[in-house]
Amino acid sequence: MDIPYTVKPRPDTGLFNAKVGIWLFLASEVMLFGGLFSSYIFLRVGADHAAWPHGLLNIPIGTFNTAVLITSSVTVVLAWAALKMGNFKKFRLFQSVTILCALGFLGIKSFEYKDKFTHYEVWKKDGTRLTGHIDGTPWFWETKTLQEKGIEKLKFLPDAHHYAAPKIEHAGASSGEHSDAHAAIEIPVSEIKRLSAFVPSHSTYFGIYFTLTALHALHVFGGALVIAFLWGPGAKMWRTEPERFTNRIEVSGLFWHFVDLVWIFLFPVLYLL
Amino acid sequence: MSTSHSHTHSHGPGQSHSHGPGGHTHDAHDAHDVSKHVRTYIFVFAALLFGTVLTVGMYYVHIPSVAWTIIIALFIATVKAFLVAGFFMHLISEKKTIYAVLAATVFFFAGMMYLIIWHRGEVPRGTTYIEGSNKQLPVDVRR
Amino acid sequence: MDASTHVAHTHAPHETHPHDLGFWRSYIFSTDHKVIGIQYGVTALLFLMFGFILMMMMRWQLAYPGQPIPIVGDLLYSLLGDEAIGKNPTTGKAGVMLPDLYNSFGAMHGTIMVFLAIVPLAFAAFGNYVVPLQIGAIDMAFPRVNMVSYQSYFMGGVIMFASFFIPGGAARSGWTSYSPLATLAHPELVNGQTFWIIGMVFLITSSLLGAVNFIATIIQLRAPGMTWMRLPFFVWAQFVTAFLLLLAFPPLEAAAVMQLMDNLVGTSFFLPSGLIVSGNPADVSGGGSPLLWQHLFWFLGHPEVYVLILPAMGIVAEIIANNTRKPLWGYKSLVYSVFAIGFLSFIVWAHHMYLTGMGTKISTFFQTTTMIISIPSVIILTCLFISLWGGSIRFNTPMLFSLAFLPMFGIGGLTGLPLGFNFSDLHLHDTYYVIAHFHYVVAPGTIFALFAGIYYWFPKITGRAMSEFWGKVHFVLSLIFMNLVFQPMFAQGFAGMNRRMWDGGATYLNSPEVVGLPQSMIDMNVNISHAAWGLGLAQIPFIINFFWSIKRGRKTNSDNPWESTTLEWQTPTPPPHGNFDKHIEVHRGPYEYSVPGHDKDFTPQNEPEKHRKH
Repeated sequence: MDIPYTVKPRPDTGLFNAKVGIWLFLASEVMLFGGLFSSYIFLRVGADHAAWPHGLLNIPIGTFNTAVLITSSVTVVLAWAALKMGNFKKFRLFQSVTILCALGFLGIKSFEYKDKFTHYEVWKKDGTRLTGHIDGTPWFWETKTLQEKGIEKLKFLPDAHHYAAPKIEHAGASSGEHSDAHAAIEIPVSEIKRLSAFVPSHSTYFGIYFTLTALHALHVFGGALVIAFLWGPGAKMWRTEPERFTNRIEVSGLFWHFVDLVWIFLFPVLYLL
Repeated sequence: MSTSHSHTHSHGPGQSHSHGPGGHTHDAHDAHDVSKHVRTYIFVFAALLFGTVLTVGMYYVHIPSVAWTIIIALFIATVKAFLVAGFFMHLISEKKTIYAVLAATVFFFAGMMYLIIWHRGEVPRGTTYIEGSNKQLPVDVRR
Repeated sequence: MDASTHVAHTHAPHETHPHDLGFWRSYIFSTDHKVIGIQYGVTALLFLMFGFILMMMMRWQLAYPGQPIPIVGDLLYSLLGDEAIGKNPTTGKAGVMLPDLYNSFGAMHGTIMVFLAIVPLAFAAFGNYVVPLQIGAIDMAFPRVNMVSYQSYFMGGVIMFASFFIPGGAARSGWTSYSPLATLAHPELVNGQTFWIIGMVFLITSSLLGAVNFIATIIQLRAPGMTWMRLPFFVWAQFVTAFLLLLAFPPLEAAAVMQLMDNLVGTSFFLPSGLIVSGNPADVSGGGSPLLWQHLFWFLGHPEVYVLILPAMGIVAEIIANNTRKPLWGYKSLVYSVFAIGFLSFIVWAHHMYLTGMGTKISTFFQTTTMIISIPSVIILTCLFISLWGGSIRFNTPMLFSLAFLPMFGIGGLTGLPLGFNFSDLHLHDTYYVIAHFHYVVAPGTIFALFAGIYYWFPKITGRAMSEFWGKVHFVLSLIFMNLVFQPMFAQGFAGMNRRMWDGGATYLNSPEVVGLPQSMIDMNVNISHAAWGLGLAQIPFIINFFWSIKRGRKTNSDNPWESTTLEWQTPTPPPHGNFDKHIEVHRGPYEYSVPGHDKDFTPQNEPEKHRKH
C-alpha cells in the first residue's frame, strides 16, 4: 500500500506502524488484566479468611505449565532472530516448537479444568464442609441436581484434608485431590445444604480463577492461531516481502511475550499466594 | 536513557537500520548483531526458569510473614517481567515513544489497583457484613 | 526534518477508484477512512435520533403520568406487549408506559446516547474523516482494522436495538448497570441485560481498535514538516481522547465479562453474601462486592465523559480560529491542558461513589483530584474565550453553535462543582440536578459542537453548503429549547427530586406525613416535556437542510470555502482516495490568520515559504 512506514521505521520514532499498534494494544491488555487482578485482590482482601479456598491448585502442574510457556517465549524470539539472519528453516523449526508448547499449555490447562469440574465441595446443614469426589466422577453437579436425579444418599469419596482446616506441614499438602485413602461415605441428601463442583459459581475464588485463566487461555489460543497462520499459509510472504514478513513475526512475537508475561504474574498469584 | 540507545545501532535488534537504501548490506549487519543476541536470549531463558524455581521453592519453604511472602513472590515476578519485556520484547533498545505509552499505562494500572484496594480498607466502622454472624453490629460511622 | 526522503512513493494517489472496486467494496466494506467516517456519522445520527425519541416518550410519562402515549401508543403496545405497555384503566386505551418500560427506556437512552451516538459521532466519525486530512496523511495507519472497528460498532448497535424486542425487553438497570440489580432484575436467563453486556463488549472492541488506529496514525503518519506543535488543536484533542478510550475501557470490559458470568453462570463477583431476594436468600455463593462493579464501571465512566467533551472542544477551537481570522490564543496552554485533563481523568472516578460509604480519606482524595481537574478545563474555555478578543468575527452557522458552546459548557462545568464536593453531593446525588449538569455539558455542549462540525465540514465532504438561513433557525430554536428543558431541572434537583422516577415524583409529593416535593416542582415536568418536544421539532429544519443540501445545496465551487489554514481544505472536493493531489509539506503552524505583511488574511499550513522582503 502507499501508507508509509508499514515496513521501514519512521526515523524520529524508530518504529514501523504495526509495532506502534501492537504496543498500544498491549497497553490496553495490561489494563484489561489489571482490572481482573484488582478485582482478585479486592475480593480476596474483603473475603472471610476461613472461606477463601487455598491449596486447591496443583503446583507441580502449574510449574510445568509455566516452564512450557517460558520455553515458547524464547523460541518465539529465536524464530524472529533466525529470520533476521535470513534462516527460514530455523524460523520454521523454532515456531513449530512455539506452537507445540502453546498446545501443550492449553492441553494441561484443560486437564486442570476437568479435574476441577469433577471435584466437589459439600456444605452440610450442621455447618461442616467436605471436599472430595462423587462416585462415578460426574461433571457439574449442583445442589438441585440431587433433587432432579432423585438421589437420597450421595456416594462421596472425601479428600484427606479440607482447605479450611489447618494445614498439615509439607507432605504434599498442596494437592487435596486424589487422596482416595479414605473410604467412600454416604451422605443423606437431607443433610446437604449445598453441593457444588469447583466451578465459577462455587465461590468468588473460583469465579476469579476461572475468569483470569480462561481469558488468558483465550489469548494463548488466539496468539497460537496467528503464529500458526504465519508459520503456514502466511509464510508465503517471506519470498516476496521478507522484511515485511519479519515485521509480522516480530509483532506476533510481542503479543506472545505479553501472554507469557501475564502468566508470570498469574501463576504465583493464583497458585502460590 | 532510551535515546542514547537509539543512536548506537549496533545493539538494537528491534530497529531495522534503514537510513541508507534498503538492501542486503544491512541484513548482514543485523544478522551479526542478532546472533550476539541469541546468547542473551538463552541467558534470559535460564534466568526465567531459575526465577520460577525460586518462587515455587518459596511456597514449600514457608515464610511465616504473609506480607513478605507476597512481596518476595511479586518481586521475583516483576524481575521476570522486566527480563521478558526488556530482552524478548526489545524494550531495552526502543525509543521514548513506547516508553511513554507504557509509563502512562503502568501509572494508571497502579492507580486503579491501589485506589480500589484502599477503598476496601477504608470503610466506616461497623458497616462490613460478616457471614454467619447474627449479632446486630453497632453502626458506628465515626472514623 | 528529513522524513520526506522516506516517503519513497509518488505523491499522486494511485488507489483504485470507486468504480473499480464495485459497490460493496466502495461503500459497505470500504477501508477508506472517509467512507468509514461517514458510515460512523450516519449510524450515529440515526442512534442519536432513536435515543431522542426514547426520551420524548419518557417525557410524556413524566408530564402526564398514566396517560396513554399519543400517536405511538398502539404501535408500542403491538410491538412490546402488555408487560411493557398498559391500558388506561378508565378508557381502556392502550399505550400507558409501565414502570419497567420506563426504566428500560431510561437505561437505553443513556447507553445509546453515550456509546452509540455521541462517542461514535464525535470521536469516530469526525475523527476518522478529518484527522488523516489534517495531518496530511493518505489514510489511517490500519485501514482494515478501521473497517472492522466500524463493523464491531454496528454489531453492538444491532444487538442493543434488538434487545428491545426480546422477552422481558431491554436492559432496565440504568446505563450504569449496577449489581445486584442488573443481575436480578430479569427473571429470564438470557435477557435484555445479557444483550446489553454483549453489545457493550462489541462497542468496547470497536473503540479500542479505533483508539489504536488514531494514536498510531497521529504518531506515524504526520506529513513532513507537521511537527507536534504544528498540529491543529482538533488533532490533539482526538489524540488524548484515543488514549482515554484505550486505557479506560478495558477494566469495564473485564467487569462486563464478570457481570455476564454473574448473570448467566451464577458467579458472585458483585453479589454480596446474605442477599435476600423477594424474601428468600439468593441462591448464590456470595462473597462478592457491588462496590467492585462500581469501581470498575466508573474507572471507565469518568474518562468516558471526557471522551464526550474533548473532540467537541477540538471542533469548536477549529471553528473559532477560522471565524475570528486570528490564531487561537494560548495554543501551548490548550495542548498542556488537554494532556492534564486526560491524565487527571483517570484518578477522579470515585466522585460518582461518594454515597457508597467510603471513608473520609478516600473521599478527600477524590474530591481533591476532582477540584484540580476543573483547572485545565477552565484554562481551555478561557483560551477559547480570549481567542474571540479582537477577532474579525463571522457569524455563520458553525460559528454560532461554537459561540453558544462556550457559555453552555461553562454552565455545565460550573454546576459540576457542587457535585464534586462530597458534602454538597450528599444532597444532590441522584437528583435531577445531576441530570441537568451532565446534559448541559453534553447536549447544548457537545451536541452543539457536533452540529457546528457538520455545518462546517459539510462543504468539504459534499462540495455544497447547507442553507445558512435554516441553519440559523435550527440554532436559535435549539438554543432556546435546550435551556428550557434543562434549566428547571436544577431547581427540581435542589428540591430533592430523585432521578429515574417513573411517576415524575408524584409518590414523594408533600403530604401530611412526609415533607416531600412541592407541587410546583412536579408541575415543572409539564413545561420541561413541552420544551423537549419543541426541541425535537427544532431538529426538523436541520434534517431537511442536511438531506436537501447534499443534492441541491449551493455549490461552493471552492476547495476551501471557509478560507481556512488547516490541511483538510487543501484536498480536492470531495477528497479522493489518497486524499491529496499534490505532495504535502508543512511549513508553519495551524492558525496563521491575519499575519501582517501577507496579502491574504490566511496562509495555509502547506503553502511554500515565500522569500521575505526585509
